[in-house]
Amino acid sequence: MELKLPIYLDNNATTPCDPRVVEAMLPYFTEKFGNAASRNHSFGWAAEEAVDYAREQVAKLINADPKEIIFTSGATESDNLALKGVYEMYQSKGNHIITCTTEHKAVLDTCKHIEKLGGQITYLPVKEDGLIDLAELEKAITDKTILISIMYGNNEIGVLQPIREISKIARKHGVLLFTDATQAVGKIPVDVNADGIDLMAFSAHKIYGPKGVGALYVRRKNPRVKVTAQMDGGGHERGMRSGTMNVTGIVGLGKACEICMHEMEAEAKRLSALRDKLENALLELEESYVNGNREHRLPHVCNISFKYVEGEGLMMGFNKNIAVSSGSACTSASLEPSYVLKALGLGDDLAHSSLRFGLGRFTTEEQIDYTINAIKDTVLKLREMSPLWEMFKEGIDLDKIEWAHH
Amino acid sequence: MAYSEKVIDHYSNPKNVGTLDKSKANVGTGLVGAPECGDVMRLQIEVDEQSGLIKDAKFKTFGCGSAIASSSLATEWLKGKTVDQAMEIDNMDIVEELHLPPVKIHCSVLAEDAIKAAINDYRVKNGLPELVEEKKH
Repeated sequence: MELKLPIYLDNNATTPCDPRVVEAMLPYFTEKFGNAASRNHSFGWAAEEAVDYAREQVAKLINADPKEIIFTSGATESDNLALKGVYEMYQSKGNHIITCTTEHKAVLDTCKHIEKLGGQITYLPVKEDGLIDLAELEKAITDKTILISIMYGNNEIGVLQPIREISKIARKHGVLLFTDATQAVGKIPVDVNADGIDLMAFSAHKIYGPKGVGALYVRRKNPRVKVTAQMDGGGHERGMRSGTMNVTGIVGLGKACEICMHEMEAEAKRLSALRDKLENALLELEESYVNGNREHRLPHVCNISFKYVEGEGLMMGFNKNIAVSSGSACTSASLEPSYVLKALGLGDDLAHSSLRFGLGRFTTEEQIDYTINAIKDTVLKLREMSPLWEMFKEGIDLDKIEWAHH
Repeated sequence: MAYSEKVIDHYSNPKNVGTLDKSKANVGTGLVGAPECGDVMRLQIEVDEQSGLIKDAKFKTFGCGSAIASSSLATEWLKGKTVDQAMEIDNMDIVEELHLPPVKIHCSVLAEDAIKAAINDYRVKNGLPELVEEKKH
């Protein structure tokens, strides 16, 4: 097959819609356009039926009951609903939430908001490999703790937190467990019962579904979990999330989940082999380092720092042909290097030098081969241009130089 | 964010990448920026002792495409100028020439700082007083 450019390796940011998903969605834009809340005519019934079917498809993927699925606009909304909803609902029990420093901003910023409302938040640090320390987690629990919010798989480094172990600790202390599983659902087996999850956020556009739709899993049994609605209105989704159902989006999410259910095992195997090929080839470059635990990791993700070259400069060498992302400050709106990489204890210089690869369903071996060559060439070219590389090669200790900070 | 044609050209075909012998009295070296900030520039000038003109200029830069382009452009502009003329290169000239967006203006500031640092290194080596910058960024 001929190699088509550009190559998309930023599947942690978003994924393309699977054509099978689009096909399932199409009738719901036109002939089956009804409002799922219209109870008295066939247009409404058709829409409601489609939503119910999607709810089953979604529930099946994560081994939940369909009644435990709340459709939302995406993972950010689900994160907000879970955290704020639990905080409000369980106020009489306590006001303390435990999370960790490498969570997605949708969790961290929501926690900041809860702090302003009077909540107490503990931000657990992570170890060098990105994993939290379970003993520290347990130590952080107080009689005011109502919720532990730890992500399933990290979006930047792909590190998988030990959710089952975390759940055991949460259960032991009667604390609810919420996990943002946006990067994990549909990529690896996620089972809310086996994993002991009480609330879980995820999104369609990370699993080859459309943007603008996601779900929050809310446990109904052992224990029965309730969240206070964060949007007032018609009382949709059993009162937890008002707003006319995004029927086309929900149908897309359902179909995306069904496809993942059947294909993720083989897909994970294929992608981890390609990821390892990419990673091992890039590690042949001197002074390149994988960020995060390599064993407890999503199969399709790889984050590497190439010391002495800067991430944005590096991407410029191939971004016409390859799409990846970087932890460099220059690529972020805040002009700060990645807080996730810094939480691992990486110096700013290494955080600036990182690239994140997110492989996906449509990634081919030819694309990986092309990428390996392009990145190696660019790193070597930029190192020839890098004063830091020259100093390193001369044996100068860069940490001992007094840099003029500006 | 899209880069201007000129930034892309300097990035793809950088002018005057390299190293001059910093032990020579007529070579001035400026090293500015910091690895933690994501950009470090090293700019060197070699002054012709007879004519007082900058006969060669080299750079190496760790940084984004705009930082590389700013230093590449600076070395081009330096060649053939007197040291005094070189002191007058202003970062805004670089911004205009490369069409740098506001978020990349610091790359041009760094290039100007690197020029001044190289000139001062040359001056100190040759028994001249260091020039103090009159404007602060």
